[in-house]
Amino acid sequence: MRLAQEMVKEVKLGVDRLEPVDGFGQSNRTAGFVFRPTCVQEIRDIFALAQEEGRAVTLRGAGRSYGDANTGAEAIVIDIQRMNRILSWDCESGVIDCEAGVTIEDLWRYCLEDGYWPPVVTGTMYPTLGGALGVNVHGKNNYCKGTLGEHVLEMDVLFADGTLTTVGPGDELFYQVISTAGQLGVIVRVKLQMHHVHSGNLSVYAESARSWNEQIALFERFEHDADYMVSWVDCFGRGVESGRGLFHAAWYLERDDHQSLIASNQDLPSLILGFFPKSLVWKVLKLFCHRVGMRLINWAKYRSGCLLGNRKHHVQSLVAFSFLLDYVPDWRKAYAPGGFIQYQSFVPKEHAAQVFDAQVRLQQEYGLESYLGVLKRHRPDKFLFSHAVDGYSLALDFKVTEKNRDKLWEMAHRMNDLVLGAGGKFYFAKDSTLRPEDAEKYLGESLSTFRLLKQKYDPDGLLSSDLAKRLKLHR
Amino acid sequence: MKTRFAIVIGASSGIGRELVRQLASEGTKVAAVARRTELLDALKVENPDRILTYSHDVTDFESAEKLFMQMTHDLGGLDLFIYNSGIMPVVEPNEYSFEKDQATVDVNVTGAVRWCNLAAERFLNTKSGTIIGLGSVAGDRGRSGSPVYNSSKAFLHTYMEALRNRLATSGVNVVTIKPGPVDTEMTQHLSMSKMSATKAAEIILSKRGKNGEFYLSPLHRAIFYVIKRVPSPIFRKLKI
Repeated sequence: MRLAQEMVKEVKLGVDRLEPVDGFGQSNRTAGFVFRPTCVQEIRDIFALAQEEGRAVTLRGAGRSYGDANTGAEAIVIDIQRMNRILSWDCESGVIDCEAGVTIEDLWRYCLEDGYWPPVVTGTMYPTLGGALGVNVHGKNNYCKGTLGEHVLEMDVLFADGTLTTVGPGDELFYQVISTAGQLGVIVRVKLQMHHVHSGNLSVYAESARSWNEQIALFERFEHDADYMVSWVDCFGRGVESGRGLFHAAWYLERDDHQSLIASNQDLPSLILGFFPKSLVWKVLKLFCHRVGMRLINWAKYRSGCLLGNRKHHVQSLVAFSFLLDYVPDWRKAYAPGGFIQYQSFVPKEHAAQVFDAQVRLQQEYGLESYLGVLKRHRPDKFLFSHAVDGYSLALDFKVTEKNRDKLWEMAHRMNDLVLGAGGKFYFAKDSTLRPEDAEKYLGESLSTFRLLKQKYDPDGLLSSDLAKRLKLHR
Repeated sequence: MKTRFAIVIGASSGIGRELVRQLASEGTKVAAVARRTELLDALKVENPDRILTYSHDVTDFESAEKLFMQMTHDLGGLDLFIYNSGIMPVVEPNEYSFEKDQATVDVNVTGAVRWCNLAAERFLNTKSGTIIGLGSVAGDRGRSGSPVYNSSKAFLHTYMEALRNRLATSGVNVVTIKPGPVDTEMTQHLSMSKMSATKAAEIILSKRGKNGEFYLSPLHRAIFYVIKRVPSPIFRKLKI
């Protein structure tokens, strides 16, 4: 570990620290005073500065949460990306100890050659561990492996009073710091159990589904066996075709394959179809980034899924299967200038098809269909602000414009009501539209517990975010 | 983009007050800055949820930065900054009052630079925002009536143009407005046809998101296109 005395430089608040600070969806544009500390003592100094200046502190990893969980308008923003050192790696046991600014990409690039892959990965490889644990991310294996927090062996948390504490799965505080979106303390070090793999490839099975019922039936068919499951949903599908899409299940390969474990062999190609530069794809996507264009793209994807590779297995690299969001660089630019929101709700399995069908009908009624729908299977967990249920989630991407904003939020509130009525939940990594009463309802007792913890660990409310303010989490 | 947060300097009366009213009525949270507290209080009452008021003299250059930081914190951000403060003391034909001239320069020039520099630096860093500076048609020529007022507005026009050129690649818009006679306290002593402050504010706000110099009417633009080109020997004989 580097010595604090060597690292610390004086921290001051000035306009030169101001930067644009957006959620990943870029629909919520703010500015904050950004600090990128490299050690724990520097974070303590930033806390002291914030107290002196009367400003809140917002914690931020790689800024991959879509909404406002990682933004703090006019606040001091601590971006932990420079705390990115791997402290130790045991290639026998697969235990890695690292600073919280280490990303999922850093993890797989470092460990894959020894036959280890992160136990849970998001659809993009860029989140930091600290940010990912703040919102307790899940992946396409949530139904069998749970959330990322379930694979943490221990972690160091820095509280607002400057106390550094180590917690693990035996401590209640562990389940409270993870999932509460950086509102109780800063996760600065994480010891994680990686997952052993023999190959860097997966066997992937694809099958088209014609309706919500077929989608659910496919998940039920593979959930006891597959290592990953995910399905794409065409939200323009109407009537009996509502819920149509393309299901994928994937399995780790058991055969040793060293070549596929070499990180550079996992890199995504820079060309699409062997000739078209990926860096230009967002410009083409932008031409289609409207209702008519997206209806066409969704239709074409569904039809091609029915015709090509349907009910067949193919081999795909772990990176290509896992990080679909990284396939097209800068794809978010297609949504400029208003950005987009991702709306993801989690519904118990017995109500999932009905609620998601109603959500899609609402979108069609409003003329605001999601340009992308992703269905996943989940299992409950015991983290304080758990988003998962024994059921399914549907993630939806909505383009935001100045003109549609009010209508979109109104529709989202109606979709929220459907989810809450079915006993469902929401996810801070994605949320932009919840109201305080929605959060009260789905978090229930957990919110009261959180408020007591906030009084204990951060009584002055130093740690905050735009999401915490919007949902009145601190009250 | 909708304006979520704005600061109006020189907000207690005239165009400034109308700008604050109109911004607040469209949903913008506005910080209204002026010297006259009682007028600010009256303005705040009109829309207390959206109008924040700050009593400040723009010639108090020392306190500007701290107040700017405070206001952006209180607002929660900043999309639009408007410098509307300006004075036009009555100057007799043969009067050369240094006090009046210095006061004019302090408010119209130094105050503008103090505040617009703060906004420019912030917007440069946040890579978005609009700065609007209120100049005057009076700045288009050196007329005999108010040498320093005219010059102060000419300074503002050039300064705003320079800011525009500096910030062009940073996603920041800089707008110069050149009002003609507008019905405000400042022009009470002038007997001529005047545009209402409400109408002037509407036109000014319609220029958000643009870059450049704007008159408040096509007629003004046409008249001053000609006036700017009148040769000096002829211009000095005209009573304008």
